[in-house]
Amino acid sequence: MSEADQGFEPHIVAFICNWCTYAGADLAGTSRMQYQPNVRVIRIPCTGRMDPLFVLKAFERGADGVLISGCHPGDCHYGEGNYHARRKFAIFRKLLEFVGIDLARIQFSWISAAEGGKWVSVIEDFTNRVRALGPYRAYQEISL
Amino acid sequence: MARIGVFVCHCGENIASVVDCERVAKISASLPGVTYATDYKYMCSDPGQDLIKSAIAEHNLNGVVVAACSPHMHETTFRKAAQQAGLNPYLCEMANIREHCSWVHDDHEKATQKAIDLVRIMVEKVRRNHPLEPVRVSVTKRALVIGGGIAGIQAALDMANGGIEVVLVEKEPSIGGHMAQLSETFPTLDCSQCILTPKMVEVAQHPNIKLYTYSEVENVSGFVGNFKVTVRKKARSVNMELCNGCGLCTQKCPSRKIPNEFDRGLSNRSAIYIPFPQAIPNKPVIDRDHCIHFKTGKCGVCEKVCGTKAIDFDQQDELVNEEVGAIVVATGYDLYNISMDQPNDKLEGYGEYGYGKYPDVIDGLQFERLLSATGPTGGKILRPSDGKEPKNVVFISCVGSRHNAKGITYCSKICCTYIAKHGMLYKHKVPDGNAYVFYMDVRTSGKRFDEFWRRAVEEDGLVYLRGRVSKIYEQDGHLIVKGADTLSGVAVEVEADLVVLATAIVPQPNIEKLFQNLGISYDEYNFVTEAHPKLRPVESSTAGIFLAGACHSPKDIPESVAQASAAASKALILLSKPELEREPLVAKVNEATCIGCFYCLRACPAKAITEKEIKNRAGEVLRKVSEVNPSVCTGCGTCVSVCFSNSIDLEGFTDEQIYAEINSVIERMSVIQQ
Repeated sequence: MSEADQGFEPHIVAFICNWCTYAGADLAGTSRMQYQPNVRVIRIPCTGRMDPLFVLKAFERGADGVLISGCHPGDCHYGEGNYHARRKFAIFRKLLEFVGIDLARIQFSWISAAEGGKWVSVIEDFTNRVRALGPYRAYQEISL
Repeated sequence: MARIGVFVCHCGENIASVVDCERVAKISASLPGVTYATDYKYMCSDPGQDLIKSAIAEHNLNGVVVAACSPHMHETTFRKAAQQAGLNPYLCEMANIREHCSWVHDDHEKATQKAIDLVRIMVEKVRRNHPLEPVRVSVTKRALVIGGGIAGIQAALDMANGGIEVVLVEKEPSIGGHMAQLSETFPTLDCSQCILTPKMVEVAQHPNIKLYTYSEVENVSGFVGNFKVTVRKKARSVNMELCNGCGLCTQKCPSRKIPNEFDRGLSNRSAIYIPFPQAIPNKPVIDRDHCIHFKTGKCGVCEKVCGTKAIDFDQQDELVNEEVGAIVVATGYDLYNISMDQPNDKLEGYGEYGYGKYPDVIDGLQFERLLSATGPTGGKILRPSDGKEPKNVVFISCVGSRHNAKGITYCSKICCTYIAKHGMLYKHKVPDGNAYVFYMDVRTSGKRFDEFWRRAVEEDGLVYLRGRVSKIYEQDGHLIVKGADTLSGVAVEVEADLVVLATAIVPQPNIEKLFQNLGISYDEYNFVTEAHPKLRPVESSTAGIFLAGACHSPKDIPESVAQASAAASKALILLSKPELEREPLVAKVNEATCIGCFYCLRACPAKAITEKEIKNRAGEVLRKVSEVNPSVCTGCGTCVSVCFSNSIDLEGFTDEQIYAEINSVIERMSVIQQ
C-alpha cells in the first residue's frame, strides 16, 4: 500500500438474502454487537437472485470488496436458491480469475438468521482483509 | 417525475444517539428525486405515521423512504400508512439505519455517513418502484399439526374446537409424547397421565381431527394457505380396522427381550407391542427389526392367536397426500446423549459419569419411569442393577446444559424444578433415604416453582450441594460420586446407590431435515427460530407455519400448552379469511423477448413456471414461452438470474432497481477523490 493510501477506508458492498443473512445482520444489531461501518447492504430476496454481473457492476462503481451471503446449504427459504448461487459462484470465480480480478476481494458466506456473531466476524475479517489490500484502483481505472 | 419523501426516524435515542438524523434528513432533501425530507422522534407512532400521510398528500409524493429500523420490523406498518394516504404500498421502502447502523456502530460521523448512503441507495431504488397489486389466493381451511405430544395435542384440539379440520401426525405408535412418560407434574404433584389421557382420548374421538400415528411428514410444498403435505404412514403390520386391541398377540409373542423405549430401556417389551397401557390408538404395532417373522420368515404366533385376523405381515408403507392452509410444528425434545459415543458431532459425551457403563446411573426420564405407577417397578423406587431400594440417591443438575465445552450453552430450564420434584417424590416413597443434589444455581422460575423447591429442602429434607461432580465410579457395590461443595469449600464424596442425571434438553435427532423441508429457520442447536424473539414468538420465519412446545426451546408443560394455544389461535386467524393476499413480489415474463429456453422452468424451486403456447389466429402454435403462476411463485428470483435473454424479472427486486442501488452505493465523488 502506498503512503497516499494511509487511512484508506474500503467500500464494501454486501448482497445478502432477506431471510437468513439479513435477519442475522438484524440480530447483530438487536444484540448491539459492534463492527466496522464500511459495509453497505443491498437486500435481495435470495442469493439465487444474484446475477454475477452485480459483482462486476459493484467493482465498476467503486467497491473495493464484494460480499455475497445467504442461507446455509439446506436452509434456503425457497428450498434451493442458494444452491444455484453456489454453483454460479464456483464457475464465476474461475471466469473472474481469468479476467484478472483479485479473488481476495470477493467473499461468499453462509450466515443464518441466528448467527449475528458470525455476521460481525465475517464483516470484520473481510473489511480488514480488503483494507490491507488497499483501494481497488486497477478495476476502477478501467471503468472510469 | 419522481417526487419522493424521506422520513428519518430517531427511534427515541436508539438511532439519534449515534446518527445525526437532522443532517441525514437535510442531505436527503437535496438528493435527486427527493421532494421532501424530515426527521421525527418516533416515525412508527401515530403522529409519526400521520406526518408521513400528510406529507404524501401535501407534497403529492409518489414514493416514500422511511429511514428507521429493519424492514422486517416495520415495513408493513409504513406500507399501510402509505396506503391509507392513497399511495400504492409498494412505493414505500425502508432504509435500515438502526439494526444495520446505529446499533452496531459507535462512531457518530461514520454512522451518519452510512445512514446517508443507505437512504441514497433506497431513494434510487424507490425511484424505480412501481405500483403493485397483491396476489389473491384461496385458503385451504385445514391445518396440519406435526407432533402429538402435549403441545401438538393442545394445538390440534384448539383448532378442531374452532371448527377447523386438523391433521395430526405423530411418528410414534401412540400420541402422548414425553408427558405420557412422566410420573407426577410440578409444582402441584398431580399425576401426569391423569391430566393427559383425557386430552388424548378427546383427540381420538374428535370429529375434526384426523390422526396419523406411526407416521411421518415426508414432504411439504406450497405456501401459506395452500400447503401440500405428503405423510408416510409406516407399515404397522396390523390392520387397524380389524384389530380390537385385545392385546392377546402382545402376550403370546415369543420375542420378548426388546428394550422398551417408553420405559427408556428399564424394561423389555415384545416385538408386537402397545407402547403403554393408555396408548391412543390402543392397538399394537410390529417392530419389524425385532420380529422373528420378519427376520426368519417363521413364527407368526400373533397371526395365529388373533381372533379378528388383523395381523398383516404384507402391509406396506403408505403415502397419503393432505392439503392444509396452516401448519403447527410441535416436534418436541429429546435428552442429551451422555454416553461416551455421542451421535451428534457438535456435542461431547459425559464418559466420566459412567452413563451406559453403570446401570444405576440413569437420566431424568428414566427416574420418571421408576416413579410411575405404570413403570417397570410399578412405582416402587428400585434400582436397575439389583432391584434393591436405594438409600442414597444423588441428583446432578446441568448435565450438558450451560456448558460451553460440551457444546450446549443454554439452560435447559425445567431441570431445577424437576430435580426438586424427583427428590421430593423419592423421599415420599423412601422416607429413610437421603437425597443429595449437586447444582450450579437453582433456577426455578415459574409460578409457584420457587416455593416448590424450598418445600423440597425445608419439608422433605433434600440436601443441596453447590458444585460440580467430577467423576463417578463403582466401589463395593456403591457408586462413589466425587464432587465439590463450593459454598463450604470442601471436596465431597457421596456413596450413592443411584445417580440421576438431569441431562440437557435438545431437539429431536435429525429434526433439521423436517425443518429444511418446511423451509423454516432453526438455530445452531436445531431449535426452531421464531419470527421475532419478543413480538412473534409462536410464528416461524415462514408465513403460515407456527410453532409450539419444546421444538422452540426447553419448556415446561404449562408453557408448552400456552404456546400451543397461541399457535392454534394464530392459525385460526389465518384460516378465518376466505382468501389471502400475498405479496406481489413475483416474477414476470416478457413474452416478446422470451426465447423459450426454459432454463427458468428448470431452476424454479417453487415449480411456478410452465410452458405457454403462443398461437396465431388459426390456432397454430407459433412458439412457446415461459409463464409464471403468480399464486405459486414465491419470489426468490432464481429464474431472473438464469435467464439468457433478460426476459424475466422479479417485481420489487428488478434488475433496474438492483443496478440503481449498486450505482448509488458509493457516492461518485468519493471515488474520484480517492
